[in-house]
Amino acid sequence: MAVGTAETVDLSGAMVLAPAPLADWVVVAPVAIPIIFGAFLLMIRHETRLHATIAIVGLLTTLAFNAALLARVLDQGPVVMTMGGWLPPFGISFAADALGASFSFAATLVAVVGAVYAITDIGSVGRRYGFYPFMMLMMAGVGGSFLTGDIFNLYVWFEVFLISSFGMLVLGSERPQLDGTMKYAILNLIGTTFFLIATALLYGAFGTLNMADIVRKADGLRGTAPLMTLAVFYLLAFGMKAAAFPVHFWLPASYHTPRIVTAALFGGVLTKVGVYALLRTEVMLFSPEREVLSGLIGWVAAATMIVGIMGALAQTDIRRVLGFVVISGVGVMLAGLALGTMEGVAGTVFYAFHSMVVMSALYLLAGVMNGIGGTYTLRTLSGLYASHPLVAVFAFLLMLSVAGLPPASGLWPKIMLVEASIEAGSPWLAFAILATGLLTTLALGRVFLLAIWRPAIEKAVPSPTSPTIGYVALGALAVPTLLMGLYPEPFISVAEHAAAGLLDASVYIGSVFPEGVVP
Amino acid sequence: MQTLIFRTVAPYLTSLMVLFSVFVLLRGHNEPGGGFIGGLIAASAFAIYAIACGVEPVRRALYFHPLAISGSGLMISALSGLISLFFGVPFLTGQWTVIHVLGVPVDISTVLFFDIGVYLVVVGSITSIALGLEEREHD
Repeated sequence: MAVGTAETVDLSGAMVLAPAPLADWVVVAPVAIPIIFGAFLLMIRHETRLHATIAIVGLLTTLAFNAALLARVLDQGPVVMTMGGWLPPFGISFAADALGASFSFAATLVAVVGAVYAITDIGSVGRRYGFYPFMMLMMAGVGGSFLTGDIFNLYVWFEVFLISSFGMLVLGSERPQLDGTMKYAILNLIGTTFFLIATALLYGAFGTLNMADIVRKADGLRGTAPLMTLAVFYLLAFGMKAAAFPVHFWLPASYHTPRIVTAALFGGVLTKVGVYALLRTEVMLFSPEREVLSGLIGWVAAATMIVGIMGALAQTDIRRVLGFVVISGVGVMLAGLALGTMEGVAGTVFYAFHSMVVMSALYLLAGVMNGIGGTYTLRTLSGLYASHPLVAVFAFLLMLSVAGLPPASGLWPKIMLVEASIEAGSPWLAFAILATGLLTTLALGRVFLLAIWRPAIEKAVPSPTSPTIGYVALGALAVPTLLMGLYPEPFISVAEHAAAGLLDASVYIGSVFPEGVVP
Repeated sequence: MQTLIFRTVAPYLTSLMVLFSVFVLLRGHNEPGGGFIGGLIAASAFAIYAIACGVEPVRRALYFHPLAISGSGLMISALSGLISLFFGVPFLTGQWTVIHVLGVPVDISTVLFFDIGVYLVVVGSITSIALGLEEREHD
């Protein structure tokens, strides 16, 4: 294994010998940078005053690399780097296409805002418990999930962000938090176990774990290998992570217990990793199987939407309302997955951008409202419009956005999905999306009426303090929401680019296996 | 634990196990062994020392907090992957060089530093858990 062997052994059969251009490193940076910053924060865990600054700098650096990666992917197609210089099916490839790069960018944007809001939400005790290191490592896991081109590596990144998320959930170790974390941990571990079993089965059938290689070999194996079983296993595993009906029950059981910024990151980002993985496996890897399953996925989507939003109508705690709104949003995204058409998948991708930003913003808004009114329950929270009109502005904008009304971001992806459903001959799915929009307006309108418009009831007079950092965070998320609503063309084009890359994987395969490389 | 024999033997046993863990770590390069298993051996050494002499002496002996040790390990591993940036090869590609220590050629590689990082991550995190559990018992 010494240096001398390079001269005597022909390495071209095992390793990529062409030099890796420096620009290709952008595909690794969104994962490597959060890990390095997370490790550094772990080393200085007692200097809690520095944590927020270092984490924000780290996430901004990550965001810059994500932006560079996204620009390069949109310009030149997928960016691929295979770790350790091994040839693709043997080494672990990182392959960023438009889908992965745009999701990674949106998730990091939300994380930056979350890190800023955490300055007020996470005290020095929470920092001592390691909030910021956990957050950096969770973002490394999320970035890795979006960018990896290897299905077992996807499992590893799932574990990375899940374990970090356990740490963030249990922060503070209060009784309800331990209770919520227990449910979250057990049910997610069951989901990832399904994922692992499916991956083992897939490796047995294909002899490869590289996603591009799987797509190439799937057609040849369709008659002999149990591809349908694999598709169903992945649907169940990732459906569980995405919180789709009927395996959604872990989400409302746990998302109202942690600190609000943790809930914002989880509701905004983590369920979308499940949606991403569903898109990657069901649309790209097992497309013919998805077509057979599309009726089932359609029913699951409609049920998730309706059950989710019905749950939201019944709750009195704002955080629980939002938990159910997250679920109904997942249902809307599954609708595009069920359709599997170009416009449907693009609608799902766009809806995921919208949902990442808006759901995080809504959780942060709940945190701001709690900071002013001192409670999350709609029974006593009241009078915010009189004392804090700016909160009312943000609340109104976000309510419109999540309900899919103009001028905010929810409108366009819903139009795309409704159009796609009607074109594909499933008007009932379009009806479900529209009905969900109406019920969402009711559910959040109720929050708005009670907490904001209602005159302050005597028990709960809002404190006159002004939540500056909360306003900054909400403003930072309101800008992309409005931008997506008022000028949707670039977002739609990115979403269509991503959908095209999923539906026709030949470009993706071509960039993982350039000409001349024999598998 | 108030057993005279155990308390007498524990320091020697601990030092022997830590030495052995370093041996396993370095041996893991070309033969069975490596950072993970080496780290487990070292962590069990510290656990034994804590059982014999209490958690506080172990914390004092380690000087750094176990979690800081595991953070530094993660840092070393990540940075060892970044070294290949300067050689025009992909992330985590092993880079080798030979240095002569007293006339003996020694292979040094980024892979070795990656493994040392893994060793430290495992030592830090498992020791942290072990010490945390042992502390609770005496409360």
